[in-house]
Amino acid sequence: MLATVLAQVNPNGDDLFVAQNITFGVVATVMLVSAWRVVTTKNVVHAALYLVIVLAGVAAQFILLGAEFIGVTQVLVYIGAVIVLFLFGVMLTRAKLGDDETVVRERRFMAASVGVLLFGVMAWAVIDDYRDTHVDISVPSTTALVSDSIFSQYLIPFEVVSVLLLAALIGAIVVARKD
Amino acid sequence: MNALLLANETAASAGWMLRNAWIIPLIPALSFVLILLVGKRTPGKGHWIGLVAVSASFVMASVVGVQWIQHVNDAHREGAGEHALSAGGVLTAEGEGAVAAEGAEARTPTAPVTNSVTWFENEGTKVEVGTLVDGLSAMMLVVVTIISLLVHVYSTDYVHGDRRYTHYFAFLSLFTASMLTLVIAQNTLMLLCAWELVGVCSFALIGHWWEEKPNSDAALKAFLTNRVGDMGLIIGVSILYFAAGKSFDIVRINEMANSGEIRHLLLLVAACCLTAAVMSKSGQFILHTWLPDAMAGPTPVSALIHAATMVVAGVFMVARLYSVFFHGFTIPGSSINLLAIIGAVTLLGGALLAFVQNDIKKVLAYSTISQLGYMVMALGVGAWTAAVFHLFTHAFFKACLFLGAGSVSHACHHSFDMKTGMGGLRKIMPKTFWTFVVATAALAGVFPLAGFWSKDEILVGTGGWSNTHGNGTYYAMLIMGMVGAALTAAYMTRVIYLTFFGEYRGHGHPHESGPRITVPLIILAAFAVVAGWTNLPAGFLSGSERTPKGWQLRFEHYVEPVGRYFPSIAHGAPSWTLAIVSSAIALSGAGAAYAYYAKVARRSRDERRALTELPDGITTWSRPAKSFHTLLVNKYYLDHLYNDVIVAGIKGPIARAAYWFNQKAIDGTVNAVAKGSVIGGKLLYTYFDQLVVDGAVNASGAFSNGAGEELRSIQTGKVQQYAALLFGGATIIAGVFLIFLTT
Amino acid sequence: MLLNEFLLLAAALFCIGVYGVLARRNAVLVLMSVELILNAVNINFVAFGAFNKTVAGEVFGLFVITVAAAEVGVGLAMVLLLYRNRKSIDLTEVDLMKG
Repeated sequence: MLATVLAQVNPNGDDLFVAQNITFGVVATVMLVSAWRVVTTKNVVHAALYLVIVLAGVAAQFILLGAEFIGVTQVLVYIGAVIVLFLFGVMLTRAKLGDDETVVRERRFMAASVGVLLFGVMAWAVIDDYRDTHVDISVPSTTALVSDSIFSQYLIPFEVVSVLLLAALIGAIVVARKD
Repeated sequence: MNALLLANETAASAGWMLRNAWIIPLIPALSFVLILLVGKRTPGKGHWIGLVAVSASFVMASVVGVQWIQHVNDAHREGAGEHALSAGGVLTAEGEGAVAAEGAEARTPTAPVTNSVTWFENEGTKVEVGTLVDGLSAMMLVVVTIISLLVHVYSTDYVHGDRRYTHYFAFLSLFTASMLTLVIAQNTLMLLCAWELVGVCSFALIGHWWEEKPNSDAALKAFLTNRVGDMGLIIGVSILYFAAGKSFDIVRINEMANSGEIRHLLLLVAACCLTAAVMSKSGQFILHTWLPDAMAGPTPVSALIHAATMVVAGVFMVARLYSVFFHGFTIPGSSINLLAIIGAVTLLGGALLAFVQNDIKKVLAYSTISQLGYMVMALGVGAWTAAVFHLFTHAFFKACLFLGAGSVSHACHHSFDMKTGMGGLRKIMPKTFWTFVVATAALAGVFPLAGFWSKDEILVGTGGWSNTHGNGTYYAMLIMGMVGAALTAAYMTRVIYLTFFGEYRGHGHPHESGPRITVPLIILAAFAVVAGWTNLPAGFLSGSERTPKGWQLRFEHYVEPVGRYFPSIAHGAPSWTLAIVSSAIALSGAGAAYAYYAKVARRSRDERRALTELPDGITTWSRPAKSFHTLLVNKYYLDHLYNDVIVAGIKGPIARAAYWFNQKAIDGTVNAVAKGSVIGGKLLYTYFDQLVVDGAVNASGAFSNGAGEELRSIQTGKVQQYAALLFGGATIIAGVFLIFLTT
Repeated sequence: MLLNEFLLLAAALFCIGVYGVLARRNAVLVLMSVELILNAVNINFVAFGAFNKTVAGEVFGLFVITVAAAEVGVGLAMVLLLYRNRKSIDLTEVDLMKG
């Protein structure tokens, strides 16, 4: 059934190409809807759970682009750690688990207009520059390539980021501790 | 005994211990970890771990010393046959007076023993980690370990029962490890790391009793002041790294600087940057202010870190990278340069400050600054060996003085104030007294104690005296050095007089300290006597200037590097007249101080007033003297300069500008315009046509007022509104760019 | 596949994130929106990396993830501090800088 649909959409028989496009479309739609719910839902915990869907979608996009390592890292770090951190944040600040947001109409309006304006400018720039440029994702970048790159060409940024992480760790402890 | 056996076995090659010197810092480093982990649970709260580790390091450092001596001897034995060839091949023609003053002692190159592994390699840059052992390193290893060992022993009594006893010994171990790493560092990167590590240890130990605000302030001050200089070190090391073709290797950098492969301008800039590092770490004028405050730490720490070892790290670094400084500052043939000036100014400035301090440790701290000034000055005038020799002798007698001061304070209920807490301790504490006197005599340069020889050598090295043939003719440095010698003798006499003579002015009953305090004192005093004999000048007692014999110039022979990685410096010829004149000056300084205090003592007896209540002689009737005294008491106002002028000058205007912008530029201006308009309008009203002008003024006032209210409404204090403005503004700017770029 | 697909997705995600940052009152939700923004940037990095056939995009994406983790840590610590001091994490109530 699906195969016939695919064949009609893509008469050249480039199955992979079509499958990727469809996957992209489905995942992107789910992501955008979830992202919209993240910023509109009135329940904080729901927002966190919608965020999980968005982050998983981003991981799927990474894998679609042939970037396996960052895709896996995305799952591990974001969905594994950051979300847990957020849930702790929700818990520790005792935000109401039910509806919380009171509507402030003018703020919504202001934010929405900035967002739409921004999207307009970016979409224009992007469409104008890369009208029908294709991404060749037949050659995935392997973890070996990434590690070679990190530990040779980008060694110093890597070390700097490590120090930053340490500083953030200490900073977070200093800021949050009770004294 | 063991050391000798081991040395004999491996003498064939470079000596096992020379190649494996990395073990020496490793042991105290392990001890640091061990004390932190299990120290509190062991009997004695962990001090024995540190003691054992430092003892082991000391033994090994001694082995390194012995093996290095053999290494040099071997090199000379092998070099004897091909002497002419090697000397000709290595020395460049710019020896100038060197050959004449050097004498028949063959300048056979003695290669430093290096041993390194690759730390990391990246895009053609290879960073190694390893050891570089030569005479300088071996000497420093021995000095650091021996003083560290004695300080450990002393500390077991001195800080006994302290609330952070274990922590204290852990940091002593870490300090020893980092200092040992510093002296055997094979590359500048390691040097930098160890340099920072000793800074951290210094910070931790100055703030050992951090519950009291002045102590933690002092620790912070030391740390921050050192940061200033460390920036210089980092920049200097970076410059040298690129100048030497992407290499941190100390030997390579020195060789390239020596052979002229690095441009002179680069060397000069690098040397200036490194000088900033020396100024902060070795307490040189004007970054010396942290060192007296550092006396807030426990006294043994002051002895180990802030007198004998860490503060000489700067001097060591200059000695290590001497080719850079030698060629960068064009030391030979000159009569003035940055390093020499800084050293000489510090030498005098520190010595003068020592006169107005009542805290015995602060006097010693300023004395240390002054003596470090001697070393830096000596390096500045090209007297490398004299500087390093002075470092060597100074370490012993200054450690002895500090530990002696600690012993006195230990007896006087932890008071350090000479005028209110001490006096008359000569009879009560004979061991402390005599060791203190010996160390003082050594510091003042009394013949034949250690300080005499090293100070004399520095004065000779300035080349200012007739027929001494230094690297240049530094008359100013010679004079300042001599004045410094007199001042040193005078302020040390003052210390001894106030501390040990007269009546006891403190409370309680002082008592002599226990053996764990006095034995290190006696050992150090013994060193303060004999250390100078390791480098008797050529021609002293026997032999001639061309044929040193026996004890003559042994230090120079074994410590001073000979080879391509060290510039060929000239050695001054010793001068009897100079030695006699400088001794006479020093003794006259001491005599003047003694005479002054004898007079004060007599007056205090006659007038039946306490010694310290008497007005300070000359300052009471001479206005210039009085103002000079005030200047000294305020430490040349340097702290005021840093805190009130520089910090406030930077902090104040920025804060004020921001405040002004908030208050005035946004609300204020507009409101002020409105108000001003209204007032102006009212004035005009009385003189001009009421209807026309009044109406216009009121309108403009209302307009300004309204504009102010409008602008004010943007300042809601709500973060998200600011963010919305930010995003919106950025988007609009991006859109404008886009339009201009695409059309 | 078109490069534009990814870029437009990222742009949309970014703008939704911006909307969240500007409109939300709960500080934790604002931080979540910041995560959306960072992820949008990451999609751009990786897409351009794939487009230019270099791993640089991926490497910098990894750096962004690291920075984001640090940001969340410090951000939540600040939110906790805010909560402790004011018993509320409503950003509209924090207006000490009001002019």
